[in-house]
Formats: sequence, structure tokens, C-alpha cells
Amino acid sequence: MEVLYETLLAITWPQVAMWAIGGLLIYLAIAKEMEPTLLLPMGFGAILVNLPLSGAASVIEHLFDIGIAGHELFPLILFIGIGAMIDFEPLLTNPKLMFFGAAAQFGIFFTLCAASFFGFELNDAASIAIIGAADGPTSIFVAQELNSNYLAPIMVAAYSYMALVPIVQPPIIKLCTTKAERKIRMVYKGKAVSKRTKILFPIIITAIVGLVAPDAVALIGFLMFGNLIRECGVLNSLSETAQKVLANLITIFLGITIASQMKADEFLKVDTFIILGLGLVAFVVDTFGGVMLAKIMNLFLKEKINPMIGAAGISAFPMSARVVHKLGLEEDNQNFLLMHSIGVNVSGQVASVIAGGLILAFFRGIGG
Amino acid sequence: MPEFFANIFNVEYLLNSLPYMGKGMLGIFIVTAVIVTVVNALNSLPDKGNK
Repeated sequence: MEVLYETLLAITWPQVAMWAIGGLLIYLAIAKEMEPTLLLPMGFGAILVNLPLSGAASVIEHLFDIGIAGHELFPLILFIGIGAMIDFEPLLTNPKLMFFGAAAQFGIFFTLCAASFFGFELNDAASIAIIGAADGPTSIFVAQELNSNYLAPIMVAAYSYMALVPIVQPPIIKLCTTKAERKIRMVYKGKAVSKRTKILFPIIITAIVGLVAPDAVALIGFLMFGNLIRECGVLNSLSETAQKVLANLITIFLGITIASQMKADEFLKVDTFIILGLGLVAFVVDTFGGVMLAKIMNLFLKEKINPMIGAAGISAFPMSARVVHKLGLEEDNQNFLLMHSIGVNVSGQVASVIAGGLILAFFRGIGG
Repeated sequence: MPEFFANIFNVEYLLNSLPYMGKGMLGIFIVTAVIVTVVNALNSLPDKGNK
């Protein structure tokens, strides 16, 4: 009875607010099916670490030390699984699509400036900006490498907005394009890509990015290692394990580990809400950047591009590609943009890692 | 009121970060151009029928 009394007395209002936030994340995961694999463990973990005198907090803290603080193991291992899931063929068929992936990283650098304007130190501003990579593991990796003080809100924003891509992107795409542009049909010239190209692609990309942005070589290396396992053709069981078992296992740990950073006294600050707002700005400007590049290219091209595919350049894979495809069908039920938008979407995955590497190259050593 | 905004908004930090926007986007496009060139070169290699 005494223990119960002591525990009840230890409850604070901020903890109750965090239970509500945890409950909201669980609701979004189950009822709205938004990134349930991550939002559900995060939501449950948020409640767990904010129980008064929680004995679970230290266990989850330990997981954080091993899996994230210790060389960002969880996000990197997750990248092996993601790499094994990605089929780069639509991109290899039409490599020019990669430029849309590059343009759609504009939100990262725009948000860097916006966060600086709000008074965040450069290492924190850069970590916040990387939410625009629309890629959870990259966001965690960069924020942790830059010693950001805002790891928890950055992780929550990165994963929440990835889940919200179907809600965030369509209005921006419609705002940036005319009805006629959205109706542009694109013919998919599916050329067969040789096995040699598929095998050499991950190796060469790793080497190029490693030379240009050595700080990002772990990210791109693990991603491309996963892809090489997939494409080599002799490691099918490993590829299947990486795609399913490994990715699922790490996702379970990652979600609940992120929650270790969601303690009420650290999470409930004005800065958290500013970061959530800046994360949204990053996604909006990413979308704008990709669409605008397509519109600029259309000024010079005979065979016009549907500018909506540029929006798929954010690396939220494959949601963004599906959003673009769906918008195309809404305007014209015979306009199939999926293969183009998938190509752009996977290029966004590569470009976001390159952006992460550049951010690290610029700002590593600045953090405290 | 202007003092309130001066405390929230930091123009000096903004000016410091602006060059990184240019450098970052330029960097991404240069690396992308290299990758596109390499992939085009790979695609143009004669096929040995190992598709």
C-alpha cells in the first residue's frame, strides 16, 4: 500500500501528457495504419518510460546505448534489410530519374537555414534538417553523429511524417502543378537491365559516395550491401532473411529504443514543437523541389515529363511513389505513373543518403 | 514586439547557414551526375546475354 501511495505521488502532469502522446501514436498505428511497425513500439515505449519510477527506463536506456549511441548499429543494420528490399531496376532503366531524387533533397538544406533562423546551433539545425531525408535510419545516424540535443523529436518527426506522406504530399503537388500537367502521360520504355549492371551498381555507388562523402559510407555501404545480397543471385535465403526477419527484428528494437528519448522532462519543450514544424517544412519543400525540377526540365524537353513524379524524389519508399501514381490516376484513369515514380523514389533513397553524407562532411566536429 | 521577434529569430545564424544550401545542392547534383554517367556507361556495355 505504501509503495502504491509513493508511486501515485510520483506521477507528474508532463508524464500524463506523454501517456497521451504514446496513446495517440498507438492509435495512429492501429486505427489509421500509419507506420505501425514503428509508431506502435514508440507509443508503447513512451508510456513505459514515463510511468512513475519506471524500472523499464534503464533497460530501454541500455538498448539505446548499444543500438543507437554505440555506432548507430540499429539504423545501419536496418539499412541492410532496406537495401535487400529495393529493386533498383526502374532507376537503372532510366538513370536520369536520379536528378529528381537529388532535387527533392532541397527541403533538407532549406530547413537547415530555417532552423538556423530559429536560433538552433548548426549541428542541431543540420540534424533537424535531415528529417527532410524522409528516411528514419539516416535521420538517426546523422543526428547521433552530430551530437544533437534533439534526437527524440527528430526521430519522432522523421517517422511520423513518413507515415503522413499520403496526407502531406498531395496538396503540395496540386498546388505546384496545373491540371494539364498532372494529365501528362508518360510511356514506360522498360528495357531489360543486365545482371552485371545490377551487381556492379551497389558496389560502384558505395565507392563513389565513399570517395565523395566518407562520413556516409557506413550508411550507403550497408544499404548497398543489402542490395548486393539481393541481386547477386546466389544468396537468396540471406536476402529473404534480411528483407523479413532482420528488418522486422531491428524495427521492433528501434521503435522501443527511440522511446528512451521520450521522457517527459526531456521531450515536452517548446523546441520539440518547433522541430515538428520544421520537419513538416522539410517535407513540403522536398516535394516542391522535385516537382519544380520536372517543370524546369519540361521547358527544354520534347517528350514532356509529368511533374508529379518529381515529388516521389523524397525517399519515403514506397509511399511517395504510390501517392504520385494515385494522383495520376485521379486525373486520368489511363495514366500509369507507377514505374516512373518508383524509379524516382528509389533514387531519392540514394540521394538522401548522399545528402546525409554531405551534411556530416560539413558539420561533423561542430557538435558538443 | 520587435525585441520578442529578435529573440526568436536569429539572422546571424541564418546568414551563416545560407552558403551550405548552395554547397549542399551543388554537391548532390555533382555526385548524381557522376552516378548517372556511370550507370549509362554500364548500360551501354555489350550484353553477354546474362540477363
